[in-house]
Amino acid sequence: MRIAIGPSGSRAPQRSAPAPPAANGLPPSWPPCQWRRAVLRQDGGARPPRRRKGRGLSAGVRWRRRRRAGRTMLRASLRQVSAALKEGRVTPTELCQRCLALIKSTKFLNAYITVTEETALKQAEESEERYKRGQPLGILDGIPIAVKDNFNTAGIETTCASNMLKGYISPYNATVVQKLLDQGAVLLGKTNLDEFAMGSGSTDGVFGPVRNPWSYSKQYKEKSIPKSHSEDKEPDWVISGGSSGGSAAAVSSFTCFAALGSDTGGSTRNPAAHCGVVGLKPTYGLISRHGLIPLVNSMDVPGILTRCVDDAAVLLGSLAGHDPKDSTTIQDDFKPFELPNLTDVSKLSIGIPKEYHAPGLSSEILAFWSKAADLFKNAGAKVVEVSLPHTRYSIVCYHVLCTAEVASNMARFDGLEYGHRSDVKDSTESMYAATRREGFNDVVRGRILSGNYFLLKQNYEKYFVKAQKVRRLIASDFGKVFRSGVDILLTPTTLSDAAPYTEFIQEDNRTRSAQDDILTQAANMAGLPAINVPTALSERGLPVGLQFIGRSFQEKQLLTVAKWFEKQVQFPVIQLEEVKRHDSGVFQQQKSASFS
Amino acid sequence: MRVLSLGRWLRAGRVPPRGRVRLNSGHRHSGHRPQAPPQGPAQVPPRVPHQQKVSVEVLDHLEHLALVDFRDSEGVERLQKAIQFADQLHEVNTDGVEPMDSVLEDRCLYLREDDVTEGNCTKELLENARETVEEYFVAPPGNIPLLKLEEQNTYLQGSK
Repeated sequence: MRIAIGPSGSRAPQRSAPAPPAANGLPPSWPPCQWRRAVLRQDGGARPPRRRKGRGLSAGVRWRRRRRAGRTMLRASLRQVSAALKEGRVTPTELCQRCLALIKSTKFLNAYITVTEETALKQAEESEERYKRGQPLGILDGIPIAVKDNFNTAGIETTCASNMLKGYISPYNATVVQKLLDQGAVLLGKTNLDEFAMGSGSTDGVFGPVRNPWSYSKQYKEKSIPKSHSEDKEPDWVISGGSSGGSAAAVSSFTCFAALGSDTGGSTRNPAAHCGVVGLKPTYGLISRHGLIPLVNSMDVPGILTRCVDDAAVLLGSLAGHDPKDSTTIQDDFKPFELPNLTDVSKLSIGIPKEYHAPGLSSEILAFWSKAADLFKNAGAKVVEVSLPHTRYSIVCYHVLCTAEVASNMARFDGLEYGHRSDVKDSTESMYAATRREGFNDVVRGRILSGNYFLLKQNYEKYFVKAQKVRRLIASDFGKVFRSGVDILLTPTTLSDAAPYTEFIQEDNRTRSAQDDILTQAANMAGLPAINVPTALSERGLPVGLQFIGRSFQEKQLLTVAKWFEKQVQFPVIQLEEVKRHDSGVFQQQKSASFS
Repeated sequence: MRVLSLGRWLRAGRVPPRGRVRLNSGHRHSGHRPQAPPQGPAQVPPRVPHQQKVSVEVLDHLEHLALVDFRDSEGVERLQKAIQFADQLHEVNTDGVEPMDSVLEDRCLYLREDDVTEGNCTKELLENARETVEEYFVAPPGNIPLLKLEEQNTYLQGSK
């Protein structure tokens, strides 16, 4: 039998009665391209595939496109996703499910302590109902959010990454968490941190260290594996910074659109710089601390971690304001604002504090800092060098005040009303002592003991009151600089890019904190707002951020300038490779890291 | 069970040296750019002679106050280093400076009206406690002081 092939055979097959089947079961008049797609019939004949109506795409193609859109949706900003939810391009449940799936596949990062799957899906369903009715609660309705594990969340375990609070189910929501839930946000889970937020690497919690998502990025891998090594060798993973490392890693790896952290000495800005996200520390007194398990009452603030400055402004708008349950919040009315698109920076005065050129500052970061100063100068802003002479004492001052306040704040953990309780029954005091011995790790105990030392009657004036006086000097340094006409201060956030974990743990927690908090701490001392904006990638392919410090309660100005800067630098998006095939191997490593 | 023991964490040794600090040479830049680091960085200040090591009595007192233990010599070392670090504060001249308790000191503290707005949450509060009887938290007997120094098996016992 002759089989017609070639150009003449490319005409559409005839739809008349089928010819007797050829040896391959297909009519001889059909062109070869139709053979594979032919649908064989029961009588042994075949019919051509039917023309599809509609888009003309197969189910497989449509599914792959939806998945890609879902992945792109996860990389979008909060405002973009909110708009998509409103328009119905994606549903809250779908978004929530994607985020939960991504959390599962990035479990090796150890960013989450508790993932509240059922609650999150329930919240997402309720949000979907509201969108269907056309009554969303606001811009945050249906947006997946993560919260650091030192915020109380009703019905959800709150551990502070400590044995002392393992199994503790909070009976109430922190004010900031309540505000988020009232606006319809979907709480995905509680993120990992250093124990009781003491540390600058998120390496000292009982649930193990947090890995920086950038350790698994294409950018880092390309720079770190020399060509001669085999392709299977994984580079050392780097720390995520601390103590809100889990929150920063969660935002950076696209598992949520925003996360709450806390900032006492730089605990939001430090991990933000290492993970390449925006970390905002608001002015002390702007956002309520009710429900945030306190570290240093006079310096703690809830911090905001997002992928862009606009999103940080949105979250700030939802969280700021007076709270009757927190007497340290100011009573002024707070009006949420939209950030204007700044085009003219000529009226701006940027201060460069020379003391922030601290010993140990890497030449790379120094170069980025200089470039940023040039950027502002070339755009017409006034850039001046300023002096904050007491900067180098801020870390010592913090050390004394922090340990003193910690000694007081940790006194509540006695095992009686909540938390871990020892089995020792000899006496109340021995039970308290045993509970605290078993519940706290070395870092916490060290700080409690130092704090008690500084608060002893013979040392009170010498250390504690002296530190308070130095604090006033530091705060007045800032006051002088801002009164001289400077609007915003521009400084580096960290001394270098993220260190590999194996290197980081060589030194103890106090030394590391003293080294890493040096650039961020002073803003907490003076209660000023500060923000980290990711600037560029270092030579090793890891993010580097720069810090802007503003005047008290002038977050709008600070964020406007930060937004302008963010637009100028165009920080690259993290290219996270498919890590599924590494899951089992890496998970084994993660287990050994957490039990080491 | 002895829960706080001074143990063998005391050792007669000199104060360990501070960590090494890398000084950055920095770039030469014009006025508004960051200059070379100022002299005398915070991590290696002029040596303030530490008066004396913390005595055993003070260590014991701290353990009793804080109700946490040093556990081993590393814990005591940590305290010594912390005190040494804090001694740098004495370089600063703070004559005539008032101590600062809070950055919001120039604002009035908010006091709300003395009205009961919430409460009646006994059940929730008792849920988290391990040992309760009716509406009471249960504690072991009080009025029993922690073991005194003489009763503890200390490193110093041998030297006394």
